[in-house]
Amino acid sequence: MSVSPALAAIGPKADRIDYSAFLTPAQDGACRIDLAIDGVTCAACIREIEDGVAGAPGLRAARLNYTTRRLTLQLDADGDPAEAVARLERLGYRAWPFTQSREEALESAQTKDLLTRLGVAAFATMNIMLLSVSVWSGNVSDIDPETRDLFHWISALIAIPAVAYSGQPFFRAAIRSIRAGALGMDVPISLGVLLAVGVSLWETAHSATHAYFDSAVMLLAFLLAGRVLDQAMRKRTRAVAGNLVALRGDTARRIDADGGVTEIPVLAVKAGERIAVRPGDRIAVDGVVEEGTSEIDASLVTGETAHEPVAPGARVHSGTLNVSGALVVRATAAAESSLVAEVNKLLDAALLAKSRYVQIADRAARLYSPVVHATALATALGWLAWGADAHVAILTAVAVLIITCPCALGLAVPAVQVVVSGALFKAGVLLGAGDGVERIAACDTVVFDKTGTLTTPEARIADRADAPDDLVGLAARLAQSSSHPLAKALMLALSREGRDTSPLADAREEPGRGVLATLDGVEARLGSADFCGAADEAASALAADPDATAIAVAFGDRRAVLTLRQTLREDAAEAVARLSALGLRVLVVSGDREGPVSRAAAAVGVAEWHAGAKPGDKTALIERLTQEGRRVLMVGDGLNDAPALAAAHASLSPISASHLAQTCADALVIGDRLGPVADAVVLTRRALAVMRQNLWLATLYNLVAVPIAVAGFVTPLVAALAMSGSSIVVTVNALRAQGGVRGMPPVAAAPPRRVSPPRTRLEEAAP
Amino acid sequence: MNVILYLLPIALGLGLLGLAGFLWSLKKGQYEDLEGAALRVLDDDDLPEAERPRRVDDRRA
Repeated sequence: MSVSPALAAIGPKADRIDYSAFLTPAQDGACRIDLAIDGVTCAACIREIEDGVAGAPGLRAARLNYTTRRLTLQLDADGDPAEAVARLERLGYRAWPFTQSREEALESAQTKDLLTRLGVAAFATMNIMLLSVSVWSGNVSDIDPETRDLFHWISALIAIPAVAYSGQPFFRAAIRSIRAGALGMDVPISLGVLLAVGVSLWETAHSATHAYFDSAVMLLAFLLAGRVLDQAMRKRTRAVAGNLVALRGDTARRIDADGGVTEIPVLAVKAGERIAVRPGDRIAVDGVVEEGTSEIDASLVTGETAHEPVAPGARVHSGTLNVSGALVVRATAAAESSLVAEVNKLLDAALLAKSRYVQIADRAARLYSPVVHATALATALGWLAWGADAHVAILTAVAVLIITCPCALGLAVPAVQVVVSGALFKAGVLLGAGDGVERIAACDTVVFDKTGTLTTPEARIADRADAPDDLVGLAARLAQSSSHPLAKALMLALSREGRDTSPLADAREEPGRGVLATLDGVEARLGSADFCGAADEAASALAADPDATAIAVAFGDRRAVLTLRQTLREDAAEAVARLSALGLRVLVVSGDREGPVSRAAAAVGVAEWHAGAKPGDKTALIERLTQEGRRVLMVGDGLNDAPALAAAHASLSPISASHLAQTCADALVIGDRLGPVADAVVLTRRALAVMRQNLWLATLYNLVAVPIAVAGFVTPLVAALAMSGSSIVVTVNALRAQGGVRGMPPVAAAPPRRVSPPRTRLEEAAP
Repeated sequence: MNVILYLLPIALGLGLLGLAGFLWSLKKGQYEDLEGAALRVLDDDDLPEAERPRRVDDRRA
């Protein structure tokens, strides 16, 4: 087949990088771009980065957000951030344009909204309290009724707009849950607040001694604080996860109309564009092969480790690896392959099932609301039957509602979630879903995917047998000049050992065979066994390890064979052992063939395994386990794992996972280790215990407070003390969910900085 | 008791001033980077050269 001009244009370097898809217009004709920055570790980095990019052409201002590790650049309308990015690279920081996911944008808007409402509620609480304390003191000394009325009226003036504004999130949620026919936590909250304000107004109009304006707004302030904490937790983990995804720096090489090649971020690829894929590159988008033939490694998508040949007309899927030849792919709008269609169908069903899960706080509220409302009603009727007038009866009933208002209940769960998500973060687990804590804790079965989860996503050196050290060093330098994925993996593995990977001067690649160079006048080769004349050595190495691939290196007449394959993560066996020790049943399920799956399962010490599983088989397995009464924690990374991740009771994904898998998982695991999976189980179990304890504390408080209220002894002073006291108790108790897991390595340790680190290092570089 | 008629508006006005300050700072993004603000304060590079304390490890240019 003759090489077409388009294929020939796939050179080693793109002509230009296009950032335009990430520029957003700002005020005064400027535009802005957000960059995720890798390698920010200390205070000095802030100044170094901001000074470093200052003065780049077209740059107006740069500001680094240290919390999110993001740099915002303000540019002239026609500005190009390429120069600023290049300067950062020279300083040793990798930068990559970053767009907020829709969820993240929505959440940061919500956080601001909640903070504003909290500010208003806190202001109202403080000022009303100022007046209330005066009234309480006056009631036991010599306040005259006119002054008290004045103070009550001013309190009402502050409280009514404050409640109308700050209470909205609760009122709306209450209306929603009433419409849905359920009694959530928001119904008793709204009812309590509205009744407190209503009765206080009535009392004020009738010059009474007591008004509950302070209780109503203080309740809102405490509950809003709980929600702000809840949001803050999710915001931080979302930011870190978003950066890690952005910093993978997935680019595609677009073939322009003029035949030039432009490197563009994957997100900016439009349907119909032609994308050049070099051998060794990951295919960035779904599409159809237009030119070229090659083999595709789909292991990260389907779990299958055998390569699949493709020719023009074949569909290729994003995330798969192009192994041997250059391809031109036309991007298609949406994923259309049968695999994706099947995954999407399964996903819809699984997500529907998951939405039926009821959070622990809501379960508590369901028991709680009817009891509280019944008690209040019984109190009113009881006082009437006792012969009290209607006014006293209603006032006492309202006091019951106010004192039982679930202030502590509202804080009991979010406070623990915030504390435990901080501990999980330190252990290398990014919690995405708020209720993930209680769901992970409840699991008694773990199902691991094999490829990319139990094993590392990229190939590693499995065995170097008796390869002489100088030949291994030579292999590292030769591998630098090759585009073959195996050579790249070899280079990466050897550079991690600290070997010199500087390329040899006259190295040249023979496509499909290997790399050739001369060193000190002697010929050096790296490549297939035949290319290096090491067929016998390779055959014996492969006989010992049938899942591996052999790569040979020759120097003059000396030769050696290294075998590479996706090796198990270094602590996989240890993590499985820890999970078993915690009482969890461990299974392995994979789309790969029986041989590799059984060997991997045996190596990590798992007795139950299922091979050749399609996405539907994985969800079927999880459903079967669920029907047996098991709660399944799914750990997986591939596109084919997504439905299983959604169907499981709880799910985890390594940070290297496909985008869809990450969206379906409750939490992400940072780094190359599986230890965080066991840590997550330990920490969430402890957190769930503290949550339960907190709910009991809140109940205990009610058991003490309610009889006092029913008896009619609750004055606004008592209500205020009880409310703040119980809230403080549950918040302090929540701190117990913190604390490290024994023997846990520090994940957040800063990696050594270097210029343009290889991609996989980034996962360890999480802040 | 007439003094209350002056004191109450003053107290409320001060409270409102605080609230306005909070809302302003929220709008201006003062809560976006709490960790960075704590670290930026340690940086002396905004001082004139003569007033800067000497450093042992000279930062790369």
